[in-house]
Amino acid sequence: MTTGDSDILVMDGIAKSFPGVQALDAVSFSLARGEIHALVGENGAGKSTLIKVLTGVERPDGGTITLDGRAVTIRSPLHAQELGISTVYQEVNLCPNLTVAENLLIGRQPMRWGRVDWGRVNRRAREILSGLDIDIDVTRPLGSYSVAVQQMAAIARALVISSAKVLVLDEPTSSLTVHETEQLFGVMRKLRADGIAIVFITHFLDQVYEISDRVTVLRNGRLVGAYETAALPRHNLIGLMLGRTLTDLDALVRHKMESSQRIGSEALLEAQGLGAAGIIKPFDLVLHAGEVVGLAGLLGSGRTEVAQLLFGIERPTEGTLTMDGTAVVGSSPIASIKRRVALCPEDRKAEGILADLTVRENIVLAIQARRGWLRHLSTREQVEIAERYIRLLNIATPSVEQPVKNLSGGNQQKVILARWLATEPRLLILDEPTRGIDVGTKADIQKLVLSLADEGMSCVFISSELDEVLRTSHRIVVLRDRAKGSEFSGEVDETAIMSAIGGTGA
Amino acid sequence: MTGRSMPAKGARITESRLFPPTLALGLILLFDLLFVPGFFSMDVKDGHLYGSLVDILRNSVPVGILAIGMTLVIATGGVDLSVGAVMAIAASVACIMINPTIIGLQLSGDITSLVSDPDYSFAPMWAVILVPLVVASLCGLWNGVLVAYFRIQPMVATLILMIAGRGIAQLITNAIKIIIFNDTYAFIGNGWFGLPFSVYILALLFVATWLLTRRTAVGLFVESVGINARSSFYSGVREQRVKLFAYIFCGFCAGVAALVASSSIRTSDANQIGLYFELDAILAVVIGGTLLGAGGRFSLLGSIIGALVIQATTTSMYAVGVAASAILAVKAVVVIIVIVLYSQQVQAVIQGAGSRIRRKAAAS
Repeated sequence: MTTGDSDILVMDGIAKSFPGVQALDAVSFSLARGEIHALVGENGAGKSTLIKVLTGVERPDGGTITLDGRAVTIRSPLHAQELGISTVYQEVNLCPNLTVAENLLIGRQPMRWGRVDWGRVNRRAREILSGLDIDIDVTRPLGSYSVAVQQMAAIARALVISSAKVLVLDEPTSSLTVHETEQLFGVMRKLRADGIAIVFITHFLDQVYEISDRVTVLRNGRLVGAYETAALPRHNLIGLMLGRTLTDLDALVRHKMESSQRIGSEALLEAQGLGAAGIIKPFDLVLHAGEVVGLAGLLGSGRTEVAQLLFGIERPTEGTLTMDGTAVVGSSPIASIKRRVALCPEDRKAEGILADLTVRENIVLAIQARRGWLRHLSTREQVEIAERYIRLLNIATPSVEQPVKNLSGGNQQKVILARWLATEPRLLILDEPTRGIDVGTKADIQKLVLSLADEGMSCVFISSELDEVLRTSHRIVVLRDRAKGSEFSGEVDETAIMSAIGGTGA
Repeated sequence: MTGRSMPAKGARITESRLFPPTLALGLILLFDLLFVPGFFSMDVKDGHLYGSLVDILRNSVPVGILAIGMTLVIATGGVDLSVGAVMAIAASVACIMINPTIIGLQLSGDITSLVSDPDYSFAPMWAVILVPLVVASLCGLWNGVLVAYFRIQPMVATLILMIAGRGIAQLITNAIKIIIFNDTYAFIGNGWFGLPFSVYILALLFVATWLLTRRTAVGLFVESVGINARSSFYSGVREQRVKLFAYIFCGFCAGVAALVASSSIRTSDANQIGLYFELDAILAVVIGGTLLGAGGRFSLLGSIIGALVIQATTTSMYAVGVAASAILAVKAVVVIIVIVLYSQQVQAVIQGAGSRIRRKAAAS
């Protein structure tokens, strides 16, 4: 690694441990002025921890940080901002009930006569956003906009609150559409030209190659190395991240083709004219045992709403739902769980994990809910169940008694998956199961879905990544504008699906 | 043992959630040891144990009982401000059932001489115990319905009964303090089996609640709802029923506390019984390490220790001659100490010191 005068930031020998986990082990990282530097690695590699050390959220156990040639101790997130290090985290940490303008300028709102000058607040907010090519009503609550817009607002805020020298973007693109991602990249290039150094954390390797100048790879809390992106072939990068070569994706596709022979002919679950006013227009859908059905579509196209209707989060206002030929009356999550339907929800933080509970409690929660209050699983039974799924899904945790909040994002996702697999579902609905998850684990989850289908489970697979949907699904249903569009099965033409999603084709 | 409130294997005493309240209690008793001569002396009279420590135990019973129910409510992310007023209602119901004179119930013969008979009770004793508990549980049901089904903020929802409750209690007793002559009823708050009888009630309720929460799924559901109600709903936990249960149980505990409190003073005093007890109960739960507002992980034992901390402070201050009016200020100091002990910064210092001591011990 080169450390020259052009480096604005040098982190050297950073160590950090949490109870039972060595999150960072003597990791070094250097960032040059005016570069976009990608930070990559599998879940639990230490990316988030390194960023938390850099932004003052966590104090390192050892190592030094040099900013602009001066040794610094970063005491708090506020202190980091004062030093010129701004951050946008993976999950948007703004206030959804405040307006966009308030979110952008809170804490530094222009005052007049000792009172907030709302006219100027709103004008200033509009200026900032138009600098990022975002044209929205800044007086509406932030929560009324899509996650994508919220994410952009978070970035705008990070730029506003400090005259940033270093901008950290922690998975900023994981909930953005292609267009919005391009918009963001435009902003990033402009900032790079202004001399701002950007740390860019992502799971999308395409984006690493599209935007970054250099890339630093972490694995299991250790530094693998820093490389010129252009000089590092993609296969080598994946190999460095995984510590092994990528599993052959062709095998997965072959597996899928074979398993399509075993799809049941009887309908397991059938929706007829099922819809909910204001949520999703009525749709027909048939699911068979042993079949993986992919739901494709843009953010907000109605993918999640279909899942919520099938699982009973939202109640249908029209249409019928039948399972095994019997009509389903009354819908609620617990009723679905009793019918052995499971939903692994999209928003891990808000709908999935119970942060303070242990891995064991998180895994057994749905089973225990099905058993009710009195038929209590003993601790021994709970530990057995938890350990079985920790092995099956390869969850990295020091013990079953570890609070799930101490796990990395990807491992938390696996814990939720374990919660649902433990209920031994006949229909498993996976809403973005691989979001924010590394390449290796993604392939593992896709493989798992297909092998569960082999055993006769029916699966609904929702993902923003089209190639992932294509790879795993026997049949693909496209959604657009909160309504069901075309269905594709057999040999699928990717461009046909693309145009169905975008609404440009037939 | 489920191991949930206990730290993971090999973890240190200083990391235990029970460490701050236990330390606070220890500090108060250390203060007594140094400054109050004879504080720890015990006498045995007629097979009963007497002494300041017994007084602390006995006087902390009503708040301790309330704190048990309050723990579950706070763990669901709520709070119940009405428990003091519910105590007044339940106490009024119990007392009027023993001695209905004041509502002008016409009974054969000379009613006033009847009720002053220590064996007389208008209603059978089982009903005198049971009906107030049912009434208190119904009060809890009311709170629970408002919070769980009408989605009213817990503080607002329970404020209604907090204010209305004492009025209801006054209506029941015609705003008159009913004197209780019945000795069986008085035994609840005044009886002794070596230790005061009411201490056994608290112990029994604690053990029963511990079993209820940790030997069934109730504890897991309560904690999961408190941590994240939406995630719990997605996982099939009937979030509304869990909350409803917590408030009903809290009401029930207020009923038990009412029986103890009213029988120990042999009267229903709708204006005074349980007055401000809701604040002490909440305080006990907070001192015990369950997070107010956030909910989630709870510790029943912590709440009991919290109640003891509050009572030990009061008793110790009386013992050193602090004026009753100044005791609230001293309580505030204790609260501040415990809350500071819970803060992350202090926790880090304590744990750092703990590991240094262990290293030294290992080296030598």
